[in-house]
Amino acid sequence: MSGHEFVDRLKKQFGDAITTVNLEAIDPWIEVKPEGLLALCRYLRDEPDLRFNMLNCISGVDYFEPDEKKAAKAGFEPHIEVVYHLSSIVHKTTLVLKVMLPRWKDDQPGNLPEVPSVSSIWSTADWHERETFDLMGVHFSDHPDLRRILCPEDWVGHALRKDYEMPLEYHGIRGR
Amino acid sequence: MAEYLQQYLPQSLAYLTAALVHAVLILVVVALGTLIFIWLERKVSGRIQDRLGPTRVGGKFGWLQTLADGLKLITKEDLRPASADSMLFLIAPYVSLCASYVAYIALPFADGWVAIHLNVAVFFIVAVLGLEVFGVMLAGYASGSKWSLFGAMREAAQVVSYEVPLGICVVVPVLIAGTMDLVAIGQMQAGWFFNWFLFHDPFTFIVFWVYFTCATASVNRAPFDLAEAESELVAGFHTEYSGVRWSIFFMAEYSSMVVVSALAAILFFGGWNGPLPITHWLGLADSANPLAHYVANLLGLINFLGKAIAGVTFMMWVRWTLPRLRIDQVMATCLKYCTPIAAFGFAGAVIWTFLFPGGLVIPNKDWVVQEEYQLDEPQAQSAASTSAASTSPLAHADSGLHAEEHHGTD
Amino acid sequence: MATQTDDPRIIEFDVRTDEMLVNMGPQHPSTHGVLRLVLRTDGEIVSEATPHIGYLHRCAEKIGENLTPRQWIPYTDRMDYLAGMNMNLGWSLAVEKLMNLELPEKARHLRVLIAEMNRIASHLVGMGAYGLDLGTFSPFLYAFREREKILDLFEEVCGARLTYSYITVGGATADLPPGWLQKCEAFLDQLRPVIDEYHALLTTNAIFVRRTAGIGVLSAEKAIDYGCTGPVLRGSGVDYDLRRDGEQRYTEMYDGYAFEVIVERDGHYPKDHDYPPVPKTAVLGDCWHRFYVRMLEVMQAMDLVRQAIDRYSMCSGDWGTPVKLTEKLPKGDAYMETECPRGQMGFYIVSNGGSIPLRARARSSSFCNLSVTYDLCRGCLIADVPAIVGSLDIVMGEIDR
Repeated sequence: MSGHEFVDRLKKQFGDAITTVNLEAIDPWIEVKPEGLLALCRYLRDEPDLRFNMLNCISGVDYFEPDEKKAAKAGFEPHIEVVYHLSSIVHKTTLVLKVMLPRWKDDQPGNLPEVPSVSSIWSTADWHERETFDLMGVHFSDHPDLRRILCPEDWVGHALRKDYEMPLEYHGIRGR
Repeated sequence: MAEYLQQYLPQSLAYLTAALVHAVLILVVVALGTLIFIWLERKVSGRIQDRLGPTRVGGKFGWLQTLADGLKLITKEDLRPASADSMLFLIAPYVSLCASYVAYIALPFADGWVAIHLNVAVFFIVAVLGLEVFGVMLAGYASGSKWSLFGAMREAAQVVSYEVPLGICVVVPVLIAGTMDLVAIGQMQAGWFFNWFLFHDPFTFIVFWVYFTCATASVNRAPFDLAEAESELVAGFHTEYSGVRWSIFFMAEYSSMVVVSALAAILFFGGWNGPLPITHWLGLADSANPLAHYVANLLGLINFLGKAIAGVTFMMWVRWTLPRLRIDQVMATCLKYCTPIAAFGFAGAVIWTFLFPGGLVIPNKDWVVQEEYQLDEPQAQSAASTSAASTSPLAHADSGLHAEEHHGTD
Repeated sequence: MATQTDDPRIIEFDVRTDEMLVNMGPQHPSTHGVLRLVLRTDGEIVSEATPHIGYLHRCAEKIGENLTPRQWIPYTDRMDYLAGMNMNLGWSLAVEKLMNLELPEKARHLRVLIAEMNRIASHLVGMGAYGLDLGTFSPFLYAFREREKILDLFEEVCGARLTYSYITVGGATADLPPGWLQKCEAFLDQLRPVIDEYHALLTTNAIFVRRTAGIGVLSAEKAIDYGCTGPVLRGSGVDYDLRRDGEQRYTEMYDGYAFEVIVERDGHYPKDHDYPPVPKTAVLGDCWHRFYVRMLEVMQAMDLVRQAIDRYSMCSGDWGTPVKLTEKLPKGDAYMETECPRGQMGFYIVSNGGSIPLRARARSSSFCNLSVTYDLCRGCLIADVPAIVGSLDIVMGEIDR
């Protein structure tokens, strides 16, 4: 199944949920709306000729340039991408899904953007989503146990955000 | 000794002095033994693991490494966790040490060289060694640490279970000898190695291995070292101990290793009687001269210690080779294998002694002291041994240079 | 156990017991670094083991966003510090994929050679440490003795013994020193009989088998569901190895190499090596199988190294020129997974056209492998917890990054 056929099939199935498709990229990717993510993922995992049964990685990418002078030339609108790398152990194929999110929900700083959790589809997503939440500040709704995983539970901020500033002090330990 | 001292001192003082001398001698054995065995363990494990082990302190072989470590431990702070039950925590190591120390009292090191000549020595040693578990349990309970508690629970379960097959195994030589007196048991195995109870019949041979397994388990050595299983329980019952108290646990462990090995040596390997009747060839054991008897005992002591050390070394070899069992497997080993095999060996030995009362090798029963089983006093014993020896065909024979050479390799 | 005291039957027939929460780690001898497991135990039985991680978190990914890809190579060393070469390779391949760099033939074989050598070293540690978890100390030192020789070889190659930073974007930092290949072959020759020793001491040891066979059984479905990879996945009987099934850029590195994926098919492991038989009590997916796959992979890696030595010595020309330290990266993103000793190590690089990537992400295999602990440890004994965690062969540096 070629890339175009595959995309057509998904588009037929999910229609508007798939917004952008980039088949020319190094790793061809499909952009999905957060609302349609869960249904698409379930479809990708369960369809016999797709069987993307392994979720390799969930990465959050913060497209943001803190330096205002450079921001004009950055070539992107500030946003956060959550990238899902899937692979099928049965068919030895890979797939990249992307979900574009605003940096803050409703543009209110401190209000984490939301995306549905896929931990009900792949158990490994549990920890990956916790990590993305911890470091990138993405809220995965319906996650069974969305706590910080790498940082201490009382840590403030999300370290991989581009505008994150290391705290001066943490429990009496010098930060900077 | 007390009788000897009574000639010069008042009775009470004589007994006190004798007791003190004995106690100090045994303490020296325990302390020195621990020093040597810890050094030996490090050296043996080093060699097993392609290392050199200690090499610096005290010359080429690191003889004094343990002493240096001991000094270090003495200088360490005696820590006590805030949540510990203070008094129990403090006395626990001593309970352990005392138990294994007291066992030495009834342990003969050579013919008649024993602090207290008990006619129930076997029973006494087994009973007293069983007390060591109290120290461990106290330590685990009083430490106020969950890991320690786990260690203590495991120790309690394990040691109490292994007492059963251990007891049965110990009874087999007692049954053959007809006495619980370790000195008498040792004397009965005088002469050639085939007089050892190990080779008395096939059942004792089996029983010895069960005994050794159970002994390893009851002194908490790998693969049964669950109470201190460092990959599971950090350090088990002695997690919270440091410095001197910790080293006292070690002393207890090593001295009970020696006790069970020495007990094995007496019960199965003829105690101070070598594989060859060298002292008889030299005419030392049968001589009326007390000095000759003394020399014979000294040789016997070396022989006996050699066997005990061999037993301990074997335990070390096992420890550095095998993985640790799990607690349920330890219990299964005890209840499913050790106890039935020991019971089988016991039954077999009963039948065998009934059918062949002289043992497997009947022609040499000259060396077996048969006529005097109920020996109550040392005088009667020495009389018995001399009378047995005088009838022996090999006595005083071949005491030349040839036998001297054998001494070196004995 | 949460018993209801008002139930008269319980009072009558059962001694009321309480569950105990025990903290295993982060300072514990058998947690392979600073893993913390919170065990809920009922006596010796563990009803729940919850891993807590993050004690070694250095936010290496944030550092990666402030350094050029070649500058980040030393940080990848410190992720899986037992297989630094494989980490270097993974990141280099990801960056090369983004830059669309092609490497000369010689660099390809050099990389296979070095990566497989590191796989041997890493599995030796995994094996030895597993013995340690089960309470036997000597195999650990035997394993380290052999690993030390590999480290000596690596030291000759790149000067470092643990954090190599040797394989880099565009090739490697240096060629192999003269005479190195002969030393390497001599090492492999003497390693071969030692492997049998390991099998005798661990794989076929009755106590070892009793401690591992049938313990911590991970089904193939669950392994895939939890994203377990590497020996953990193959130990569950899933025939998947990125060296054969991965991306083309990675598999073409192994083009022409003869190797079979180590996995049990129809009850048999690949027969190209002598190996001890599978014990009757072992169940596919248990600790024993995971350990065994690692042991066989050592043999496999030895084969691959030999092949790589032959091929490398036949190649002439360049071993690959490392790119400039501040080489501009093309705009875009690339994700690359490689088969590291502990599983599939993925690197994701996002660039906005500068020389410093916008995002450097590491998907660590141990991270996913560890997440299955909670499921595996349910209902086991305390002594099984180190056995299970040890069989996953985790490295905390990689989990916490």
